[in-house]
Amino acid sequence: MSQATLIQCFAESLGIPAEQVTDELQYNTIPQWDSVAHMTLIAALEDAFDIMLDTDDIIDMSSVAKAKEILARYEISL
Amino acid sequence: MRSVSDMLLKDKICIVTGATRGIGLAIAKFFAAQGAWVFVNGRDPQRVNEVVAELNASGGRADAFVCDVADPNSVKLAYKEFLTKSKTIDVLVNNAGILDDALIGMVTPAQIERTFSINTYAVLYMSQYAARIMAKAKTGSIVNLTSIIGTNGNSGQAVYGGSKAAVIGITKSLAKELAVSHIRVNAIAPGFIDTDMARSIPSAVFETRVASVAMKRIGTPEEIAGVAAFLASDLSAYVTGQIIGVDGGMLI
Repeated sequence: MSQATLIQCFAESLGIPAEQVTDELQYNTIPQWDSVAHMTLIAALEDAFDIMLDTDDIIDMSSVAKAKEILARYEISL
Repeated sequence: MRSVSDMLLKDKICIVTGATRGIGLAIAKFFAAQGAWVFVNGRDPQRVNEVVAELNASGGRADAFVCDVADPNSVKLAYKEFLTKSKTIDVLVNNAGILDDALIGMVTPAQIERTFSINTYAVLYMSQYAARIMAKAKTGSIVNLTSIIGTNGNSGQAVYGGSKAAVIGITKSLAKELAVSHIRVNAIAPGFIDTDMARSIPSAVFETRVASVAMKRIGTPEEIAGVAAFLASDLSAYVTGQIIGVDGGMLI
């Protein structure tokens, strides 16, 4: 459920197909995941999981895998 | 058409920093009287709660927002607490500030650090979170307090003037960055206003300052609050990136 939510957040925020949201996908490696889309993604994740991400975590969220790792720290199991 | 009796800030959720005295307190009171839900910021929980109680007792709606705005971690925790009460922010007033003047040859690094931490860095820390929360609702107004010393400079005030000039750069930059999210960012540049800060200067300097004001009187905190309410409200819906002087025609 949470995994699907995470993928949906990425797909909708970045405007990419869900299949493209893999652990390996990295920030700034595709034109769709730029800094503006990143802040949209952060807002989507915060809304979906009802959390407030720390600024350090926003900066550190450099890949889908990293996003999972960070969200786990907010006690979200993926 | 808005009728005169309408409250300017009805149901708007507003955070006012440094709201336990001076200009911040005047803004908190005026905003509450205009129908806003005011989050009162200060470092001292007791003083903050006194102001909150006073606003609630006079028919307004207020809550505490206790943190040291110069400490990013303290700011973060205060926002987390805030989010348990409200998921949206309509207005952030970055008012908290200190004045600690010295001639340039006698300025200490600690003075520089402290002044910039409270007057400048805090504006960024507070705006970071507010902008994220406002962006979700695609609406918001950030009002920063700079100073005539920031726009014009003054002898003996390199540190204060620098810290306040930086607020102008922050204001104009954020206005550009956040316009896409319908967040407006403006600043007020007060002149000589009757607060503890103004009263802390030597009396001879005080008289000279009053003489430099074209209106020949010191301004009141309420006169700043009125402009803050204008910038916070929908009356200024198309105003962003502006620095509005409220100084009675002061020359410096």
